[in-house]
Amino acid sequence: MSTQKLKEIIKQVLPDVETVICWQEGYDKLNVTPIFITSPEQVDQVVWNPLCAQNLASYLPSQKKKVAVAVKGCDSRTIVQYMQEGLIDRNNVVIIGIPCKGTVSKKKVQKAIGNEPVEEVTFTDGSIKVKTPSGEKTLALADVCPTKCTSCQFPTPIVYDQLTADAIKSDKPPESVYADVAELEGKTLEERKAYFASQFDKCIRCYACRNACPMCVCQDSCIAETRDPHWITQKNSLDEKVMFHMIHALHLAGRCVECGECERVCPMEIPVAKLKKKINKEMKDLFDYTPGVNPEDKPPMYTFNVDEAKIKEHKL
Amino acid sequence: MSEVAPKELRIVGFLCNWCSYGGADTAGVGRFKQPTDLRIIRVPCSGRVDPMFVVRALLTGADGVLVSGCHPRDCHYTDGNFYARRRLEMLKRLLPFMGIDDRRFHYTWVSASEGQKWQQVVTGFTNQVHALGPMHQK
Repeated sequence: MSTQKLKEIIKQVLPDVETVICWQEGYDKLNVTPIFITSPEQVDQVVWNPLCAQNLASYLPSQKKKVAVAVKGCDSRTIVQYMQEGLIDRNNVVIIGIPCKGTVSKKKVQKAIGNEPVEEVTFTDGSIKVKTPSGEKTLALADVCPTKCTSCQFPTPIVYDQLTADAIKSDKPPESVYADVAELEGKTLEERKAYFASQFDKCIRCYACRNACPMCVCQDSCIAETRDPHWITQKNSLDEKVMFHMIHALHLAGRCVECGECERVCPMEIPVAKLKKKINKEMKDLFDYTPGVNPEDKPPMYTFNVDEAKIKEHKL
Repeated sequence: MSEVAPKELRIVGFLCNWCSYGGADTAGVGRFKQPTDLRIIRVPCSGRVDPMFVVRALLTGADGVLVSGCHPRDCHYTDGNFYARRRLEMLKRLLPFMGIDDRRFHYTWVSASEGQKWQQVVTGFTNQVHALGPMHQK
């Protein structure tokens, strides 16, 4: 069982690092929360199961000393992107890689059990069994997984120092990654406009998507909140909401590692990642670039070619 | 001037100081007739143009946005317009996805001596935006 292996690895690396960042059980069985391990006694609290959805790599840029971090395949892309942008020193990070067969969306489970209190959660291969006061319910993992897991290309971390189990290969076709974007592209301009208006109108501008985003590294200096420059106002209108999401999308142009944290934390269930995925799709087309895959790559907006092969001049 | 509708629309132009702004000046000095819908904002370089300038303008009342800089390889700052080209192309492809007609946004390269070309760009783009009509319903 890879949880046991994970704990062993943590005990083994702990003396060399300041902190080990991993997951522990949250306030109930359905919730998992990060744990910062500094002493060997804490290791027993570590859990690893499909509920461990948080992207722990997000903590890395703010760490001053050497740390170890547990990552799934999707989270490891964050680390690769940090390396590309020089935001972390690879020598100061010990990466514990966990091959992952898919996570579970807490919100989808809660919906399926009618938001009842959870007493017990058990996992069997391919399904999750949730015990509530009114009985037990078994749900297939495929039905309660987040959208990103349905097209996962990197179940095994891309960079790691230790691996908790044997590497696994993706069984999903590469075309499936942008299937949702392609579906929207097939609609008319008016339909897309109406779709995004209805989605972004739900936004309460809590900025949770920004706070959870591993690539939003400006944090407290985010221009969505600064008064100088004053990019957006407090006005509660669709235009301001769209503007905020455009800021997020454009600042992530060619950098979004599609970890899905923005959609996971959104309280209004807005498909926040759609715009970023669209940009990623275009980056793939224009510059043959996928964020967070090769540490040697350079993000496309940070560089240029004198002769761009795929950018043609637009005629009026 | 050709078939420009009588009612003026609001078109914002971001022009680089060294080439396109000079080009617009050349067109003026040469007394080329141009539509008057364009409001020019002078920027130091097309590389200064954040794609969010364009989005903000379109969301807050502009019916069209034009960005113009030095021709690639002719940038006053050597490589500003190379970066601009990538950013603006990305934006050009993103706008229609979110429901904004990409014909409302155009980026091009005009040098300081190309007064004639500037006139064609302004007239062509203004006609294009007029064909689409106002973006914001009053």
